[in-house]
Amino acid sequence: MASSIFDRSQRGRLAALGCASTLLAGACALGLVAGVAAQTQINGAGATFPFPIYSKWFAEYNKLHSDIRINYQSVGSGAGIQQLIKQTVFFGATDGPMTPEQMQTAPGKVLHFPTVLGAVVPVYNIPNVKDELKFTGPLLADIFLGKVTKWNDAAITKLNPGINLPGTDITVAHRADGSGTTYIWVDFLSKVSPEWKSKVGVNTSVKWPTGVGGRGNEGVASLVAQTPGSIGYVELIYALQTKMSYGAVQNMAGEFVKASVQSVTAAAAAASTQMPPDFRVSITNAPGKGVYPVSSFTWLLFYENPKDKAQAKVMTDFLKWALTDGQKFAPELGYAPLPEGVVKLEMAALTKIKTS
Amino acid sequence: MGQGWRKDIGFRAGTGVFALLLILIVGAIGVELTLQSMQSISQFGLDFWRTEIWDPVAGEFGALPFIWGTLYSSILALLIATPIALGIAVFISELCPALLRQPLVFLTELLAAIPSIVYGLWGIFVLVPAVRTVEASLPDSVRSLPMFAGPPLGLGMLSAALVLAIMVIPFTSSVAREVLKSVPPAQREAAYALGATRFEAIRAALFYARTGIVGAVMLGFGRALGETMAVTMVIGNNPQVSLSLFAPQYTMAAVIANEFTEAADDLYLAALVEIGLVLFIITLLVNTMSRLLIWSMARSGAKAPAAEPAAAPAPGTA
Repeated sequence: MASSIFDRSQRGRLAALGCASTLLAGACALGLVAGVAAQTQINGAGATFPFPIYSKWFAEYNKLHSDIRINYQSVGSGAGIQQLIKQTVFFGATDGPMTPEQMQTAPGKVLHFPTVLGAVVPVYNIPNVKDELKFTGPLLADIFLGKVTKWNDAAITKLNPGINLPGTDITVAHRADGSGTTYIWVDFLSKVSPEWKSKVGVNTSVKWPTGVGGRGNEGVASLVAQTPGSIGYVELIYALQTKMSYGAVQNMAGEFVKASVQSVTAAAAAASTQMPPDFRVSITNAPGKGVYPVSSFTWLLFYENPKDKAQAKVMTDFLKWALTDGQKFAPELGYAPLPEGVVKLEMAALTKIKTS
Repeated sequence: MGQGWRKDIGFRAGTGVFALLLILIVGAIGVELTLQSMQSISQFGLDFWRTEIWDPVAGEFGALPFIWGTLYSSILALLIATPIALGIAVFISELCPALLRQPLVFLTELLAAIPSIVYGLWGIFVLVPAVRTVEASLPDSVRSLPMFAGPPLGLGMLSAALVLAIMVIPFTSSVAREVLKSVPPAQREAAYALGATRFEAIRAALFYARTGIVGAVMLGFGRALGETMAVTMVIGNNPQVSLSLFAPQYTMAAVIANEFTEAADDLYLAALVEIGLVLFIITLLVNTMSRLLIWSMARSGAKAPAAEPAAAPAPGTA
């Protein structure tokens, strides 16, 4: 019921109008009761990263279909998957695809549907340096491994000629809480650095070789903002909203690309040509021109054969809307919309969900 | 009369049920934590308490850095907070002009009512930069000591201990004040009658109230052990066992709060629950030890002539 305030006030206004014109308070009350009774409530839980766009979608969809109310709790990808497996929610949401073991534990077959794309960007705070820095994947891995420890290390100055980098120590700031943002970041580092892959690996939280941990994007952002000589990573949307400066990262084609709605969608477009049928794909370090390499899908999770067929029907209708009309809300919230190729594939896959 | 007697029994049974409920709840928490962490307990055994590695990717979990961080930060906080809290309590109950007393009591209680997230934010935006400046200004000779090793980040054990100390002060001082208030005036009057100075009279009152004061300090300790949000915001969240006050470290409550929501695989979840179990056990141990300390103090106090009427009815003295 968290998102009901707006809606209630709107209905209240309509009701007030009705009352004023007819002066039949009783009829209005009846109408209100009927309106409440016909509601369909659907519950979901999962990733925090797509929460802003999901809540926007659910609110917008409720404007179109006032009888449908979708509740979403942003409890984290891991908790969302757990709740889906225990069937305490109808749908889940995650920033990293479910592992094969998790798919096994679930009581039925789970389908993944990418909804939007996000990106993770390196943010830094170097005294007296306002310029935009360039990073390669292996350099970022070495910094986060604690191997490159000074800002004037040759590995950094070589990439950024003309920028006067000081000899201050590098302080690494990372997420302390388990997070899909971390998953995307270390997934990228694993792909570009064999040492990262063998020493640290990929998960929603990892054993960090160095640095300090902050809670949430805002925690990492405030650590970076306050600690001279620090570097961290946050979601693109967060860097945009807080107007932090962030660096460009070298992609597979050798270009240094800054994250933007276009460069993130480009990463997905590059991946859509070889999309696996279950959509469980990592698009970090994707090939192609103009691609921002630290990008990722975020997924909604459904059972292929859900118990409640009525809810299944409602949610497939919702997803059709979200994948088409709903995509236009993505850029203003800092997410990249899905490329058309992926939408087409998903529309076909949606028919797999059994609604009767 | 018979009626009253029956009511008495009913009353006793009713309150007895509530007391029993408390025991049941504590027991149920212990059982549930153990059941939920069974996978981790059987996999790591006692090594869970001894190993320093916390690696969710490799599935290796050891709680030592978190146990260390929790105890170290709480003990440091206690060392800072206890003298200040007792000073406040003594001033308010013994020395304070009547006009100031109520506002001061109100202010200490206000401190206790501030949510911990607010302390955390204050810590991040005010305390941590200040601590960083102090750390950076220390001479190299001091920085080479193991207590002050490492780069001056601001985030770390020192900031955590300071925030905890401020959060603990109102609890300890409120209870200590109440305890001092309950010291019979005859105690002080007797001291004055013997020619004691003000300081000596207060010392006598403190001695009389010592079991309650230890209780107040332990209450603060318990609060520091379990504090989560404010600590995780300033401690740096890096699981390592280090003596250094400047090093970022981690606590048990903080790691549970931070990692629980995204922990997806079973062993990882079980390990996090086991951290909860460890925290539960340590809290129980600390409380038991403080109880024992109070008992032994009451017992030895009963023998000493200074505290004539036994400070607390101590079992075993009769």
